[in-house]
Amino acid sequence: MKWWRTTKRNADLERELQSDLELEEEEQRERGLSSEEARRAALRAFGNPTLIREQTRATWSWSWLESLVSDLKYGFRGMSRNAGSTIFAILIVGLGIGAASTVFSVVNALLLRPLPFRDPGQLVWIANGDCCSTQVEHFADLREQNQSFSDLAGWSGGYSSGNEELTRSGEPERITSVAVTGNFFPLLGVDPVVGRSFTREESEGKYAAPTAMLMSNNFWRRRFDSDPSIIGRKLTLNNQPVSVIGVLPESFDFASIFAPGTPIDVFIPWPLMDKNKPNGNTMAVVGRLKPGVTVENAQAEFTVLGIQLDSQHPERNGIKPKLAPLEKHVSGEVRPALVVLMCAVGVVMLIVCANLSHLQLARMGTRQKEMAIRAALGAGRLRLLRQVLTESVTLSLCGAALGLLLAVAGTRGLAHLSAFNLPLLASVQVDGSTLAFTLLAAVASGVLFGLAPALQVPTYKLREGLQAAGRESSGSGPHGWFRDGLVVSQFALACVLLVGAALLIQSFLRVLDVNLGFQPERAAALRIDPSFPISNAAQANSFIDDVLQRARAVPGVSAAGISDILPLDGDRSWQIGAKGQVYDKNNHPEGFIRVVTDGYFEALRIALKSGREFSPSDRETSEPVVMINESLARTLWPGQDAVGKLMTQDGGRRVIGVVADVHHGGPEREGGSEMYIPMRQTGDYSAMRLVVRTTLPPDSLATGIRVALRPIDPNLPVTEFQTLQGLVDKVVSPRRFLVMLLSGFAGFALLLASLGIYALISYSVHQRTKEIGIRMALGANSGLVLRGVLATTLRLALAGVVLGTLGSFALSKWIESLLFGTTPANPAVFSGVDLLLCAVALLAAYIPARRASRIEPLQALRTE
Amino acid sequence: MTKPPQQQRTGLLQGTLDMLILRTLLYGPAHGHDIGKHIQRTTNDFLQMQHGSLYPALHRLEERGWVVSKWEMAPDRNREFKYYRLTEAGRKQLLVEESQWKQMAEAVARVMWPAAEES
Repeated sequence: MKWWRTTKRNADLERELQSDLELEEEEQRERGLSSEEARRAALRAFGNPTLIREQTRATWSWSWLESLVSDLKYGFRGMSRNAGSTIFAILIVGLGIGAASTVFSVVNALLLRPLPFRDPGQLVWIANGDCCSTQVEHFADLREQNQSFSDLAGWSGGYSSGNEELTRSGEPERITSVAVTGNFFPLLGVDPVVGRSFTREESEGKYAAPTAMLMSNNFWRRRFDSDPSIIGRKLTLNNQPVSVIGVLPESFDFASIFAPGTPIDVFIPWPLMDKNKPNGNTMAVVGRLKPGVTVENAQAEFTVLGIQLDSQHPERNGIKPKLAPLEKHVSGEVRPALVVLMCAVGVVMLIVCANLSHLQLARMGTRQKEMAIRAALGAGRLRLLRQVLTESVTLSLCGAALGLLLAVAGTRGLAHLSAFNLPLLASVQVDGSTLAFTLLAAVASGVLFGLAPALQVPTYKLREGLQAAGRESSGSGPHGWFRDGLVVSQFALACVLLVGAALLIQSFLRVLDVNLGFQPERAAALRIDPSFPISNAAQANSFIDDVLQRARAVPGVSAAGISDILPLDGDRSWQIGAKGQVYDKNNHPEGFIRVVTDGYFEALRIALKSGREFSPSDRETSEPVVMINESLARTLWPGQDAVGKLMTQDGGRRVIGVVADVHHGGPEREGGSEMYIPMRQTGDYSAMRLVVRTTLPPDSLATGIRVALRPIDPNLPVTEFQTLQGLVDKVVSPRRFLVMLLSGFAGFALLLASLGIYALISYSVHQRTKEIGIRMALGANSGLVLRGVLATTLRLALAGVVLGTLGSFALSKWIESLLFGTTPANPAVFSGVDLLLCAVALLAAYIPARRASRIEPLQALRTE
Repeated sequence: MTKPPQQQRTGLLQGTLDMLILRTLLYGPAHGHDIGKHIQRTTNDFLQMQHGSLYPALHRLEERGWVVSKWEMAPDRNREFKYYRLTEAGRKQLLVEESQWKQMAEAVARVMWPAAEES
């Protein structure tokens, strides 16, 4: 049945009833009744024609739509009559749903949506122990010997932002490249949109001298305006010609998946067999499982392989393969935070529902008369119930429309927050599943907050309904406990959210307070790798001397040094040991390697604990020296003075100084062992970063330093000055993200809860006007009334706070893994939140309470 | 679906009305008023037809394809009425409902008058 035929059908039914009614009338007349009597008798025999019509229509398939349309019309009319409270309700639902949909989009992108690879479920992340990357030789053996994977691929973990210099095609620019194994893209199932992937010859060339490169879609668009003719052209990377062979699809965002926060511009092949590649654990490994093989099976095989390789190759670094599904590896760290956010959004939605439930209940109270009349005119209970639910769902759908706008804005904002160190953030968007979620959330919340008022419908009795004339006789009527319950639950839920937010804010502050081992404020770094080839150590050292001397002369620079890697911005680890010591193969000390010059420790304010720092005279010709941090000193020479001892590195380096530990993995991670090698005594570094400490804002310094260094290297590319504070901000950004959102939710919850208690108290004061009037007429003074209302409020708030405190106590274990430097049962946090809630409740109730205390007895008694 | 507020005086079993209508239409096409009157007359006014259930029932039967309707001139009134006619599916349905009703009646009888069964 099509809807446009319904009109025709209606006319048909009308005609049918009319003709049959006339027939009845005729028959009655034939029996001898007067025409007036016959008409009445016929109507009596027929019954209520409207009801017959409605019931008959109900048998038609489209009747539900028809009644829905009329319910909607009716609902909209009611909503526009009550514009103020309608707008308020839509606003609240809109904010709640907007928050929920935004968080859902993030969760969808990070946890639910599959990774943009072919059969992502087969991809496995293969780590080495808990910390480290894998040595290339181990990778080659594992790839050769394993049975579980159809192939293994990897990339060099040692890349860093701006490691390539692009010259001779427009403005010189530092771009970021990452070296990948030749089979990396085929293994992931990522095909270039233009051009092709690496060939065998290209991927087995020489280290640091690639002949071919693939471009990220972003870089292609930004730098070459998506020009397909770029394929086959040669670009100059680090003074070497490299052919562009392909462009990767837009859906493939290496950085957002594997290394959030550092966008990658180009991919170069990584020749694994070249002897000149850097030593140590440098490789990040992924594998594609053969069909039917589980991660557990593969882990079992790799554990055995790891032990075999360790015993066969004692000269290599240790290998302890640790496998995890790639999806889990990518989203694993943010999963607990996202789960907390989702729960928080759920709690916010519950508070929204409780709030609106109360609002709708109050509106229903004033509509008792209307409902009673409709019931008297023949509307069934179900029909009225449906009417009320239709109204609340309509309300929540209007809210959802607003919420969707907020979600679109919210996700756009989030996707462009490249400063946030979160995986896949750029792919956060409002898509089909977000739309479905929004719709579902809207309908569910509409039903939830419409249910209580709707269930009240059957209790409307005609006589009472008409008599009560839109007014419940007493505030503590049959729904008093329910209204109280709504407010108590809002306070309990808000309490849970506030406690969670407070604990995380406290953790965030503790994280910011952590002594990183260096002082990021007023420290900045700039890539200064020479654009001309350097052939020997003497030439490199004169370059270093020149750079440092000129940099230190720039006004505002108080200290300057050079380093290959910055704290919080990458790592490289080796097995290291004291000379003459034999270590257990499985327990060999490992450390992070930094290649630095004199001035580095001063520029970053890394404290020297004993011995001396590097000096310009620690050169290729002098004794090989090394500096270590306290952790390494404790590990290698427990209880002894490390200064003067010898290390195995490069055939023996003497320890000349011990410095404080640096939290190079972020404030929340322990530093671990570190070893500093003087840059003037080694060629084993892949970048030169000038690190300066300034008395001026770092940005204003950039030009000065560039001008100062131009005489040494006129091609010095124009790149951003990197502040160390920026690096710290990036590392703590996931936590900042969580704290920001959660605080927002908690604030919203607090606002809703206070609105809720304000509405309840106003309502009950309004209901009790007469009672209060009588009491005041009998001698109660206004102070007593005020105190009475506030005491009621406090009772409700306390009930909510007690429930909420118990609830958060039970739930706080869940966020324990997200806490830092605080405990889930922090008494200060709990008591602070409880006090805040009670204070807010009293404040919200003060306005209606004051109104109650100002009631004029005579006037109050006359209002009835 | 909305339930009629007024039940048949004798509390017709759910679905029985459908069967009675189908059976009435076995005699030939009839309009709503006819059908109601026929049932009432045949049962000696024991079943007083309420139009509130008759029309929804007719439309339900039509929706299910057991009857079809057509506006036709009444032979004695010189006016058009909506005549309902049994379809083939309706005939089959009548057989089904009849046999179900029979089984039901027999079952009820066996409980109510067990002695009569034995003799």
